Amino acid sequence: MRTIPAQTIIDKVAEMCIAANRELPEDVLRTFKERQAAEDNPAAKETFRQLLENAELSRETGLPLCQDCGLAVFFVEMGEDAHVDGMSLRQAINEGMVKGYKEGYLRKSSCDPFTRKNTGDNGPAIIHFDIVPGDKLKIWMMAKGGGSENMSRVMMFPPAAGWKGLREFIINRVAEAGPNPCPPILVGIGIGGNFELAAINSKKALLRDIDDKHTDPDIAKLEEEVLAAINKLNIGPMGLGGKTTCLGVKIMVAPCHLASLPLAVNVQCHSARHKEVVL
Amino acid sequence: MAEYHLTTPLTDADIEKLKSGDVVYITGTIYTGRDAAHKRLTDSLDKGEALPFDLKGALIYYVGPSPAPPGRPIGSAGPTTSYRMDSYAPRLHSLGLKGTIGKGKRSQEVKDAMATNKAAYFGATGGAGALLSLAIKAAKVIAYEDLGPEAIRELTVENFPLLVINDCHGGELYTKPNLEAALAG
Repeated sequence: MRTIPAQTIIDKVAEMCIAANRELPEDVLRTFKERQAAEDNPAAKETFRQLLENAELSRETGLPLCQDCGLAVFFVEMGEDAHVDGMSLRQAINEGMVKGYKEGYLRKSSCDPFTRKNTGDNGPAIIHFDIVPGDKLKIWMMAKGGGSENMSRVMMFPPAAGWKGLREFIINRVAEAGPNPCPPILVGIGIGGNFELAAINSKKALLRDIDDKHTDPDIAKLEEEVLAAINKLNIGPMGLGGKTTCLGVKIMVAPCHLASLPLAVNVQCHSARHKEVVL
Repeated sequence: MAEYHLTTPLTDADIEKLKSGDVVYITGTIYTGRDAAHKRLTDSLDKGEALPFDLKGALIYYVGPSPAPPGRPIGSAGPTTSYRMDSYAPRLHSLGLKGTIGKGKRSQEVKDAMATNKAAYFGATGGAGALLSLAIKAAKVIAYEDLGPEAIRELTVENFPLLVINDCHGGELYTKPNLEAALAG
């Protein structure tokens, strides 16, 4: 049994919360540059110019990329042969998150759903645990903003809807969201599973790199086809028109009940902030 | 598309010349306010209480900034999605509010209220909060401090860069998505 001190987890999590909010991932930056060059619409080009300048400024000054530093979402894989010393893993991750959001001057965006009173520390973190073989601890952190999350949906289709029904729903959802979720967006899609698994998978799918191709070539083809279709909407960067409404579509599939065809569409803004760490 | 430099408070004449797509640089004082602050402003109006700032000629920026690090007046400060304030905006426009700043679509009721009361809706670049903060020279909480990031702040801005999304003549910069082409694949 391997022992991981809770303090190590606290410090690493704090670090990754701050870094995620200041450093846009390389794949996102690279895609911005490619799409900026590909756009004909001056407003689209100018939006990309501002987003690239913003990313540079954030990295230099430490000001967060976006004032909405998000709810902190974690996906955790805990090895069966590892053990956390000092406090529970959940507590350590939450304490690390609170520390990072405080020390990084990040906005605390968590509140009571009825009174709307701010919890003051961005807590509690939203954590999805998985137990896996081995003695490693792997943590992914996403800073997920409210504007794009609000545009997301879960829909329980009957099996007869088929891929045609899912495809229509996804495209309609992006069209309806329009400029609201800060396009160009990424779209995470959970297909199958059940009500909650589809939603979790749609979010997990967003952790993949933009260039990452799905291991199943049939699903990879669907991802490409939906991406191309969404980019015909002409919503464009910040809704000002253009070829780039979406930077990537990522699908995660799970077996489902005979009676259902669950679909979750998780919309991610262009500020696709995430980090991962292995302990 | 024209470019204007405007100073607050805004007048009817300032608004009437604006067309959707124009670039506007604002200098002067603007007020922050988002979901919870709008609820409180409306509650105050219902009770006949005075508001924490004068709505006449004012601009409200839909933003909840991140905390100011040492040596800066404010943290990141980009726009939040505007539709959540749609139910509150018409009443504020009828009381003299000349403009709102945010991102995303507005309801027909808000567009009608802007036409009736000569007001405009401005877009700032979402997700560029660090960059936009450079145009904010000072920030002071003037109401609802307990709301934290949602408190009303008075911002002193210099050449704050905006795009006119909806003008007071019915013009709109956002176009309808080409759904047919997308569904056809």
